[in-house]
Amino acid sequence: MYRPAEGEQPLHQRLQKKHAKPHIMEEWVGKVYTTLCILVLVVTIVAIVYFVASRGLSTFLVNGVSLSGLLTGLKWDPEGDIPLFGALPFIFGSFSTSLLAALIAAPLGCCAAIFMTQIMPGFGRRVLQPVIELLAGIPSVVYGFVGLTVIVPLLRSTFPGQGIGIAAGALVLSVMILPTITTIATDALASLPFGLKEGSYALGATRWQTIYRIVIPTTLPSLLTGVVLGMSRAFGEALAVQMVIGNAPHIPHSLFESASTLTSAITLGMGNTVMGSAHNNALWSLALILLLMTFVFVFVVRFLERRNKR
Amino acid sequence: MSAKIANKLATAVIITITSLMVLAVVGLLGFIIVRGLGHISFHFLTSAPETIKAGGGIGPQLFNSIFLLLLTLIITIPLGLGAGIYMSEYAKPGRFTDSIRLVVEVLSSFPSIVIGLFGLLVIVNLFGFGFSLFSGALALTVFNLPLMVRITEQSLRGVPREQKEASLALGLSRWKTITSVMLPIAMPTIVTGTILAAGRVFGEAAALLFTAGMSSPRLDFTDWNPLSPFSPLNPFRPAETLAVHIWKINSEGLAPDAAQIAAGASAVLLIMVLIFNFAARWFGRLLHRKFTATK
Repeated sequence: MYRPAEGEQPLHQRLQKKHAKPHIMEEWVGKVYTTLCILVLVVTIVAIVYFVASRGLSTFLVNGVSLSGLLTGLKWDPEGDIPLFGALPFIFGSFSTSLLAALIAAPLGCCAAIFMTQIMPGFGRRVLQPVIELLAGIPSVVYGFVGLTVIVPLLRSTFPGQGIGIAAGALVLSVMILPTITTIATDALASLPFGLKEGSYALGATRWQTIYRIVIPTTLPSLLTGVVLGMSRAFGEALAVQMVIGNAPHIPHSLFESASTLTSAITLGMGNTVMGSAHNNALWSLALILLLMTFVFVFVVRFLERRNKR
Repeated sequence: MSAKIANKLATAVIITITSLMVLAVVGLLGFIIVRGLGHISFHFLTSAPETIKAGGGIGPQLFNSIFLLLLTLIITIPLGLGAGIYMSEYAKPGRFTDSIRLVVEVLSSFPSIVIGLFGLLVIVNLFGFGFSLFSGALALTVFNLPLMVRITEQSLRGVPREQKEASLALGLSRWKTITSVMLPIAMPTIVTGTILAAGRVFGEAAALLFTAGMSSPRLDFTDWNPLSPFSPLNPFRPAETLAVHIWKINSEGLAPDAAQIAAGASAVLLIMVLIFNFAARWFGRLLHRKFTATK
């Protein structure tokens, strides 16, 4: 027999509360679960930054290498009698390959985007877009392999030198980042404010005049976003570049001489060093530079996007 | 030069460049497949690799790639779905949400080699998982997670608002609305995106060099006990994937037919990725038809 205790709610109210409970439980489970997932993300990124930074900084703190020595030193000889940690050749290699790749891929990507949105929208969207997207799906080692079997021999036979080097790396990278640039440029051109183009046509401008006087200036920040994102991809790409660039730790005198990038130095060096040694720490410093450059790229993209919204 | 001639000229130039690009892409795909196809045989796909003799295959590598992908998806999908749901449904606009968005953006643009190094330091050494499939799967999770989050968030945002509001108006809780009303509608997009992301993970190598390792033990395909060190199902054994294998034989391959093996393996990798692509499109359409009853 049920007897309500003193001060307790009447039975019907309590039942109602019980009724509402599964709802609240459900809501609670959902909230906790999704929040945990987000926490995993945040913890991961904090851990990555912390561990890479703590390792990368120990070059300066434990091994006593100066920051300017690392950034501007020309000689990389970590195993020598007097170990030298000059990373400038790698930094130079990374910047030159990714800049060159962006210079090659940006006009091509913009051409494809203009073709798809302004000249032949139906055909372009149906045929060209899937083709470009396929490029994004090709694994980077396959790009490296193709670079090694096609681009390097081609360069070797047409230019002086071995064929391997910054030019080969930049060519491989430019194909890899083409889909990034094209996709973003296409989206930007397709979402042009309605009426801008029509207005230009109504004034009697030709299609080309409309494109280079109206369409391109209006979408320039978005186009640049695509280029920067492409560059950031090229900067962090490891294996494809490593396969075709030759990996010599010095600044080359021509585009067709063997060079090296930050990523290729890490790829090749990390397996052969002991954790905690000066050489190993120096490689972590290179990784730290990569990490910092990622932040720079992200902030440039954010800046461009904010410009775009205004 | 008159404007009309300039217009014609520019159009011609753009069309020429674009068609050259299409030709180049088709040529590239054709080159990889045609060059490798001659070397692909049943023996090549199933036998173990040789280090110094000719005639090695890619059997264990192919198996490792698929197994690693499955492991990664098992870890990534629940995490990515949860985080994506949070971002699209629970996050309130404000500084906290902005910073999480920044986290996702930064995480997705980290170079994969940095993620590999992080895996080496934390998963392989600190947690002591060693070079193993499991370490590789965790590293690939870091690589794949931001993609999954973005896919889930975007597809949930694509659900019509009325549908969500109708469900809430019927008195369903927010979580129930998300899981029973919104997720089914968003499912085709999520599945398509997941399969496309899987294709990318399948070809990833840089993050795996230092986590899953660059060698495979002699696998015994008759031993299905997941705890035995030679069993293919053991997730705590080192595993070299197909992409890593291609990289390795190109940079330090000693077999006399290394170039042919690389060509064959590249073709296999590319064909798998193409299958992922087409499967994603086909499966997405199928699910869309099933869930929305449209043709």
